[in-house]
Amino acid sequence: MSARGEARLWVAQRATAMMLAVFVLAHLVTIIYAVRNGLAGADILARTRGSVGVAVFYGLFVLASAIHGSIGLRTIAIEWLRMRSNPAGIFALVAGVLLVVTGLRAVVAVVAA
Amino acid sequence: MKHARNHPAYWAFLVHRISGIALALFLPAHFLALGTAIRGEAALDEFLRWTDQPLVIAGEWALVVLLAAHLAGGLRVLALEFLPWREWQKSLAAAAAFLAIFAGLAFAFAR
Repeated sequence: MSARGEARLWVAQRATAMMLAVFVLAHLVTIIYAVRNGLAGADILARTRGSVGVAVFYGLFVLASAIHGSIGLRTIAIEWLRMRSNPAGIFALVAGVLLVVTGLRAVVAVVAA
Repeated sequence: MKHARNHPAYWAFLVHRISGIALALFLPAHFLALGTAIRGEAALDEFLRWTDQPLVIAGEWALVVLLAAHLAGGLRVLALEFLPWREWQKSLAAAAAFLAIFAGLAFAFAR
């Protein structure tokens, strides 16, 4: 990949990291709050079903995670698995698409189903 | 090289990378589990009942610690890269470890 391409990935990695810092902190607090009385489907879905806020928050969370995670996996594939740039890019793209598809399906499942 | 690795910054790098790999592997499973709600509340409940066993709860706890460690380690990286250098940044690896342990304790007491 060109130096400009690598620089773009670096910027995307850091920009999504800044978004994820907020999302993950909120998610951690939500997890610890939600598990206090055990996990029940009814309780979870009562909070999420029909909520535009949950849909937007977790939709963006999924997209940022997919971008951040796939760029991170690409770096690891190059540095630790000694993959070349192009195959590592394809590997990262597949991982990113998998995260977006399964992640957005999960958001639909808890908000709209 | 041995000296370079026996340093908090190297351990911070290693924890950040390994927690990142673990989270990337866990996420699709997490999403598929939540996706069971597409088949209704009963399907989600069936999955949640499966999670109510000691080994799974231990796994959840590990994931909370890894997520908090990756968050805190990531904030450390952002501070090092984007803020002007200050002495206190040397303590960020220890602060990140503290945050991960704190999140783990909070989850353990809540669950």
